[in-house]
Amino acid sequence: MQFRFRDDEVVDHGTVTVDACCDQTNATAVRIEPGDDARELLPFLDRLALVEVNFPTFGDGRGYSAARILREAGYTGELRAVGDVGIDQLSHMLRCGFDAFAPDKPLDESDARRAFATWENVYQSAADGRKTIQELRHE
Amino acid sequence: MYKYDNYDQQMVDARVEEFRDQARRRLEGKLSEDQFKPLRLMNGLYLQLHAYMLRVAIPYGTLNSEQMTALANIADKYDRGYGHFTTRQNLQYNWIKLEDAADILADLAKVEMHAIQTSGNCIRNISSDHFAGATHDELVDPRPYAELLRQWSSFHPEFTYLPRKFKIAVIASEKDRAAMRLHDIGIQIVEQNGELGARFFVGGGMGRTPMIAPMIRDFVPLDQLITYAEACLRVYNRYGRRDNKYKARIKILVHEIGKDEYTRQVEEEFKHLLDQGIEPPREELERIKPFFADPAFEDGPKTVDRSDPDFALWIDRNTHRHKHDSYVSAVISLKPVGGIPGDATGEQMRLMAQLAKQYSFDELRIMHTQNVVLPHVKIADLHDLWTELDAAGLGSPNMDSIEDMIACPGLDYCSLANARSIPLAQRISERFDASGKTGKLGELKLKISGCINACGHHHAGHIGILGVDKKGKENYQLSLGGSEAEDVSLAKITGPGFDEDGVIEAVEKVTDVYLDQREGEERFLDTYRRIGMAPFKEALYD
Amino acid sequence: MKVLTGNDLKTGDVVWWTGSEWSRHVDDAVDAGERAEEILAAEEAARRVNVPYIIEATREDDGKVRPAHIKDRIRALGPTVRPDLTLKPQSPEAIDWVI
Repeated sequence: MQFRFRDDEVVDHGTVTVDACCDQTNATAVRIEPGDDARELLPFLDRLALVEVNFPTFGDGRGYSAARILREAGYTGELRAVGDVGIDQLSHMLRCGFDAFAPDKPLDESDARRAFATWENVYQSAADGRKTIQELRHE
Repeated sequence: MYKYDNYDQQMVDARVEEFRDQARRRLEGKLSEDQFKPLRLMNGLYLQLHAYMLRVAIPYGTLNSEQMTALANIADKYDRGYGHFTTRQNLQYNWIKLEDAADILADLAKVEMHAIQTSGNCIRNISSDHFAGATHDELVDPRPYAELLRQWSSFHPEFTYLPRKFKIAVIASEKDRAAMRLHDIGIQIVEQNGELGARFFVGGGMGRTPMIAPMIRDFVPLDQLITYAEACLRVYNRYGRRDNKYKARIKILVHEIGKDEYTRQVEEEFKHLLDQGIEPPREELERIKPFFADPAFEDGPKTVDRSDPDFALWIDRNTHRHKHDSYVSAVISLKPVGGIPGDATGEQMRLMAQLAKQYSFDELRIMHTQNVVLPHVKIADLHDLWTELDAAGLGSPNMDSIEDMIACPGLDYCSLANARSIPLAQRISERFDASGKTGKLGELKLKISGCINACGHHHAGHIGILGVDKKGKENYQLSLGGSEAEDVSLAKITGPGFDEDGVIEAVEKVTDVYLDQREGEERFLDTYRRIGMAPFKEALYD
Repeated sequence: MKVLTGNDLKTGDVVWWTGSEWSRHVDDAVDAGERAEEILAAEEAARRVNVPYIIEATREDDGKVRPAHIKDRIRALGPTVRPDLTLKPQSPEAIDWVI
């Protein structure tokens, strides 16, 4: 994993599928594929320490909704973006609640640091808890 | 007009730097074309037949003189002295170099403009009624709501990689001048029990499978507008088809699962999102509204001297009734006879900017019909204005006539096109102007697309023309009976296609059938709806 | 003949493969024949031309090259509705070659 914005211990064992996670009572790490319904995991959030969201191609944006849905439901464990994750997706992923990134191809460190810091302020309320520009305007 | 504060400016400036960095990484080989393409598209940069094309956003079609002048200067400095106004109220340049693109975006940012999300599978520029804030027949000015949506949709973290592009239009009148129901989301601001709200139509569109958007909710309170839009988009982002590019628009999702099921899912998501508190504070809308307040209108003459017949004709055809009785909205035609629909030179743009400053409180609008509006012109100034326009070749009295056709760039510029559109537009306007038939035909909306993607809105034309490739030759299909207005309908194909000469003859023939059959004040569309396709088919093919 | 074409990465200009480099003039194009795919791969990597591709064309008796499809003939010349902006602004009749 190339970037991680959390201090707790890294979960280094394998993940199970969403289906398996729902059937199996002890899984603590799960992997969401683009066609999966993230809401199926909501009953099990307490026991999960890692949710990987796979991006087989960067243009398939379903994983962004999956991430926000989990954070909106109160999931506080690690949310890791894996697969075809590029520099230009990082800032949006961060906003949707991802806090760990494991791109298939390692990214240029300085390009990535710059990308994470793209937006000094933001227009929308999302999963990162940042105040929006509209809120800042009316403080 | 809306004015950026430091936050808005910061967002646009950040985007310029982001794009500059992306272009650098492309040129250094850190990004492949496959990776770069979606990024450049989200900044409006296409690769067309002859060069890169840059599409600049004109939010809800409103701009001021300084901005129009900046557009003119970019045309002269970086392009070949002209630009093309589009059917979504944007402007595109045809001859851009990749190495200049970031500098152009920086020039745009200096006048509070950008090319953000003018292409790509994201939420596009929000369009609106070109007479908003000026017309006599609107409930309120729809642009504050469009601006709220502009901010929400810009760099939306969840909706940047949607299944396909996503277009939103906002109107606030029973008259639809924005093709609202042919958008992915059409919003109409309405009044219910003394309160304003938003009526949502979802799943319209043109393209290869045209659909009229059904209404999914008749009233969303305005302090829940963004939350409801977010719910509509989330359901689409999660369940819109991604297996087939041609079935990926939201209209296909709504059609396949049905309006009721889509609505049910949206309402469920909406309920959930209401608890998340994502709606901008109420005060934000109140902050935006004063930017669109009326300018200081003055009472003045309410009639004009009609003794000059050319001027009188222009008044009748190219002005629209204003909410203040001493003013009108004046339409500057970018459809000179034999010209290229929607093209304007840098010089013409500068003149329009100057005229806006002089006669229209510094404001201009772009119409989806590829013309320009001066929204607030004193009736007393009309003759002076017309005289200047006419001298510059911008005074064609042809709004909503057959000469005021929409035409996409077609195979002369576009890498997707199968046939040329512009030459047809030129020949048809020349022919109908020469025969003097244009006036007799009255309102007749002709729309020409050079391929099935329907950028020329042919499905919504009273007469539509679609260019196709028939064994390496350009071929044109004719359709009749479409409308993008409040009486929205989709045109039907007449039958086998024609070559270029043939389709021009065919247009002549269908207009003859109309003139022969019309009753009273009927428009072409009304006559078609009354008598049906058969008489037209007979004239064309028997 | 098989001709390679694309758009210059930096400028977007339409270009044609001459056997050793890229030219803006279609008449400079050569038959890439069997080696077409190989050249494409090498040129893609060189990042001079954006997504180069192979088209069919014929060499006429006067030595001029004529792409088989109208789209590539319009690319070769320029927009037919703006003869002044084509590669042959002095000869408006060049438009006839496209059609």
